[in-house]
Amino acid sequence: MKLTPNGIRTKAAALALAVAGALAGAQDVAAQSKEIFIPVLVYRTGAYAPNGVPWADGFVDYLKLVNERDGGVNGVKIAFEECETGYATDRGVECYERLKSRHGVAVNPLSTGITYALTDKVPGDKIVLFSTGYGRADSIEGSVFGWNFPLLGTYWDAADMLVQQVKKKGPLKGKKIALVYHDSPYGKEPIRLLEERAKLEGFQLILLPVTHPGVEQKATWLQIRQQRPDFVFLWGWGVMNSTSIKEAIAVSYPRLQMYGVWWSSAEPDVLPAEDAAKGYNGIALGHSSEHEFPVHKDMVKYLYDKGKGTAKGKDEVGSVLYNRGMISAMLTIESIKAAQGKYGKRPVNGEEVRWGAEHLSLDAGKIKSLGFGDMVQPLKTSCHDHAGVHRGRIHTWDGHQWSYTSDWLEADQKVIRPIVETSAKAYAAEKKITPRDCSKES
Amino acid sequence: MIYRETGQFKTSYAADQQLFPIVQDRVFVVAVIAFAFLVVPFVATEYLFLAILIPFLILALAAIGLNILVGYCGQVSLGTGAFMAIGAYSAYNLAVRIPDLNLLVVFILAGVFATIVGVVFGIPSLRIKGFYLAVATLAAQFFVDWLFARVSWFTNDSSSGSVSAPPITIFGYTIVTPVEQYLFVLAIVCVGALVARNLTRGAIGRSWMATRDMDVAAEVIGIRPMRAKLSAFAVSSFFVGIAGALWAFIRLGSWEPLAFDVNRSFQLLFMVIIGGLGSILGSFLGAAFIVILPLVLNQLPTRLGIPLSTAMISHIEFMVFGALIVFFLIVEPRGLARLWAIGKEKLRMWPFPH
Repeated sequence: MKLTPNGIRTKAAALALAVAGALAGAQDVAAQSKEIFIPVLVYRTGAYAPNGVPWADGFVDYLKLVNERDGGVNGVKIAFEECETGYATDRGVECYERLKSRHGVAVNPLSTGITYALTDKVPGDKIVLFSTGYGRADSIEGSVFGWNFPLLGTYWDAADMLVQQVKKKGPLKGKKIALVYHDSPYGKEPIRLLEERAKLEGFQLILLPVTHPGVEQKATWLQIRQQRPDFVFLWGWGVMNSTSIKEAIAVSYPRLQMYGVWWSSAEPDVLPAEDAAKGYNGIALGHSSEHEFPVHKDMVKYLYDKGKGTAKGKDEVGSVLYNRGMISAMLTIESIKAAQGKYGKRPVNGEEVRWGAEHLSLDAGKIKSLGFGDMVQPLKTSCHDHAGVHRGRIHTWDGHQWSYTSDWLEADQKVIRPIVETSAKAYAAEKKITPRDCSKES
Repeated sequence: MIYRETGQFKTSYAADQQLFPIVQDRVFVVAVIAFAFLVVPFVATEYLFLAILIPFLILALAAIGLNILVGYCGQVSLGTGAFMAIGAYSAYNLAVRIPDLNLLVVFILAGVFATIVGVVFGIPSLRIKGFYLAVATLAAQFFVDWLFARVSWFTNDSSSGSVSAPPITIFGYTIVTPVEQYLFVLAIVCVGALVARNLTRGAIGRSWMATRDMDVAAEVIGIRPMRAKLSAFAVSSFFVGIAGALWAFIRLGSWEPLAFDVNRSFQLLFMVIIGGLGSILGSFLGAAFIVILPLVLNQLPTRLGIPLSTAMISHIEFMVFGALIVFFLIVEPRGLARLWAIGKEKLRMWPFPH
């Protein structure tokens, strides 16, 4: 077709119409009352994609599995839509607003920064904010943070367990622990607890921030070479993790003395260094790279064998972050089930799911019957404890795979609880929130 | 036919010097403002308010501020994010430490703090120009990033370095809903744009433009470069500071220094360049281009029913967006505002072009 000026004009008009349609379309898609909608905030591009992709695949796969295998949650299908955040807070908030119009019940942002931003918004919108293993550490206090659920444990739990683990190798008095952290709310979160612990145990805490995205760490590791800390705790994410491990190798800091948080101990972090990363430890959020449990077999049977899987291949099923995505989805689904148990087997709303999440009680038998074996510790949430469980164990990279190298550790709530309460109280004062009275809740 | 100034006679200086001398322009601007105030609040959805209109308006205000400095006075700055951060954190500290202060006063004081810092970092502009000045303002960016990330007093000793804005209460009325937020931002942006437009038409604006076009000649005709440059830094930072406070309080709600990093500075500079240097309208067009276009590109495939993976959509968004920036800069290096002006020129001749 020859492009006459007229033709161009028609095309421009058509494009303008399409654009207007796209904007207007954001409001349509009224609540499909026969489904429960879950917005899925992911990042499959950018510096955090190596870690974001397996998590997103696990999360989406589990939702698909629930629909395929069980026909939904008690007969109610799960609808979902992905939105790319790129781990950027403003894009994450935009995604949340975009998907909010579909009346989602719960959101898992997989970013502490986005969790911080959404914490103010979710009570008004009545959407439950799950931050499984991340988010605000003080948000376990449900009387102030009614809609936040940092299930399975917070960064203060993780830091506390790591200190307990290194303490097993001898008293910490006079020793030096360096924290290499992502310079964002995520990385800064454990500092408060570690400072408290440093006072108690008498070790010296060295804080070494790494700026986003974390590919430039020469100066940081030079400092480590000079100061020779006895242990290094790594609080990184995305490409920062693998860079840290490579830099540690370059300055020949012993990997045995390095401990990562659960977001810094997955395959994408150690694979670039392969054998050289051998001996690197991390705290596992209850689970590691298990791939033999019934749920994994179901994934392959119901999704991957039928070509419906989200990941590129079924090798990804059972990797650390894939498992975590799956567990995050499972806890969301179980909260919906708990809500249905009280309010009836119908499409529940956000408020009802919030009740479900606050009364979540999964014992070992229940977790096993869901096909998760011992990947999740028995948990029970309450108004004062939105995490439900505070346990973890150490896993170590042997050059090819992760394997457990410690018994179960439990975060010492005697140390953590007072900080949680001060911090939550300060937040309530700043935001002019009147805390709920937990004793009056059923 | 429609857009023609024939027959519009100016009989007084006041009529000749008014803001929009052509009747059609006046009607158009009033109509747009009336539409924004009276119609949009009733028809727009929450998503449109929160994800598109509010960020667009706030960044347009910041772009106006930067345009005063870069477009009108010719002083290239890469420190806009820093001045936004100053506005945001001073508003936060004022609101948290003096809880009874009216939020409007807080926002204005936030602008004042940004002004002070802006003038301090503007001092090097008296000695250095062009790229060198850009690098000097970049120092402001890194210094401010460091300041708010490391000095915990500014974040009220928040354990994660992330701070959270208190509720916005003005004269006992709390702004909560998206519509209220939108109207609040819109009102501030309208006032800001009006002030900026008048400043740039007046003596001070002319001294900025003279400095921009040739500073030696400006000095010869009696314009004091120090006053011109520093006043441009001051006014620019004031606008940017208020925009920063609005961005933090209304758009983000809770934020960390990363929200105002060097990428924000670049983003605003791109807005000003793509929109049109030395044009208030250009600041709006540039903000619209940078804020709205990526979101449209991101949603278009889904809305049109084209099945693509999330990652692919995201890649396409970056590629098309980048290509469009290059396209517009080649087609019209003087920005979208210039395209608009050309359109108006054409409309004048229509339907009998030369």
